[in-house]
Amino acid sequence: MDFEPSAEQQMLIDQVRRFVREEIIPLEARLDPDASELDPADHARLVEKTKAMGLFGIDIPKEYGGPDIDIVTRVLLAIEMAQHRAGLYVPCYGTFGGAGLAQIFEANDDQKERYLYPTLRGEKKAFFGLTEPSGGSDPARAIQTKAERKDNGWVLNGAKIFISNADRAQYGIVFARTDASKGRAGITCFIIDSDTPGFHVRRVVHTLRSSHYATELEFKDCWVSDHQVLGEVNKGFAVANDRLTRQRIPYAAGCIGVAIAAHEMAIEWAKMRTTFGEKLANRQAVQWMLVDNEIDIRTARHFTLEAAEKARRGLPFKIEASIAKLIASEGGGRVVDRSMQIHGGMGMTKDLPLERWYREMRIRRVGEGPSEVQRMVIAREILGSNLR
Amino acid sequence: MSLRPRLDKPWQPLTAETAQRLPGQLGVYQVADAEGTVLFIGQAGARSPFGLRSELQREHRERGDGCQFRVEVNQQYRTRWFELLMVHSADHGSLPRDNAKNPPPLGRLSPS
Repeated sequence: MDFEPSAEQQMLIDQVRRFVREEIIPLEARLDPDASELDPADHARLVEKTKAMGLFGIDIPKEYGGPDIDIVTRVLLAIEMAQHRAGLYVPCYGTFGGAGLAQIFEANDDQKERYLYPTLRGEKKAFFGLTEPSGGSDPARAIQTKAERKDNGWVLNGAKIFISNADRAQYGIVFARTDASKGRAGITCFIIDSDTPGFHVRRVVHTLRSSHYATELEFKDCWVSDHQVLGEVNKGFAVANDRLTRQRIPYAAGCIGVAIAAHEMAIEWAKMRTTFGEKLANRQAVQWMLVDNEIDIRTARHFTLEAAEKARRGLPFKIEASIAKLIASEGGGRVVDRSMQIHGGMGMTKDLPLERWYREMRIRRVGEGPSEVQRMVIAREILGSNLR
Repeated sequence: MSLRPRLDKPWQPLTAETAQRLPGQLGVYQVADAEGTVLFIGQAGARSPFGLRSELQREHRERGDGCQFRVEVNQQYRTRWFELLMVHSADHGSLPRDNAKNPPPLGRLSPS
């Protein structure tokens, strides 16, 4: 496969690269190093710019008003959008808009009116409630939140943890066990309004990602009607699983973007910094670190674009998405680590974005399925194929 | 597993001397009136020249004597600051007086 960008893709890449360098990075220089949000006036001004660029709502499908950009191009642009201090988790501070949660596109017409369209208009935000204190990587077994039939609806009881944005969202997609005897075939997906009695955001969970907190949720006799079931009863696992697979590709792209930014900083520093009468760039130890960075970045880019290309063609891409996520998150972490080493003491300070990337990149090896789960997914696919 | 969501250390008088003795580290703080009513919840972020010391010295310069304060050294000053504001809102129904003048975007929390 040829992954060199086409002329049209390169034009878009250049456009986004300019936007990051001329609009985002100068604003970021004035923000707290751990900030995740722009001043509302700056945000609104930049949204107008991304709309003028024709790139607002880039992840929204064409039939819902998105700009109809294929997934390979979106990956190339996601790599660019991540190349600033907050870029790993908040690329361009959300000024390119969002598509909301992928599952909500599976909603029925009534639910789309109440949730999807307001989300696409920016009027509602959602949270994704899957992980529980009992575990996150194995939702089929770990989900203990129960939903029991009552009064033409369902009563939810249980807890969720590591949930982002639940305290600010207007609704969430929540997975609960509706049949304890059926494992993954006993999980149902619900849409829960944040003001539903019995739904509580109990506490903030602080993590390495000190720019943003997660939350712990409690469902205590939280009743919802049948209208809040997303998809079919007992078929919620497929909805969750599909989302997790798709999400791995842009997740990998963000890691690559940050790795590129860290690597470029390290190259510049190595050319400039002199120790013991010699530029760092002339020392083999530093050269080899930069070479290893280059190899990690090129490898991650290749496999992420391969996954995106398969997805674009409508081919199965489960293995490719897992490989991309695994290589980009692990390789990206190594690149940031080496880049900090090359910077020496400066690399440890909050003056530079490296320390934030280092902390946030560490989470990427766990988020959206840890490296070990990606290897399990790949192993299952390989062994399954051999057995057939 | 759960950490204490509320900042409930003893109050100290806010004076030039007590502020001067504070560490130059990142963290969060509260300023209260003489009765212990919280007036402001602040953060000493990475742009504060000397962290908590700078912030509390500034608070003292602006407010004068008669207030109290308490601090928490915390590398996660930003998320901790949001947490303290949300917990205060949940406990008291509103933000502290001086935070309410320019409120940051906050979520809803129902702490136990």
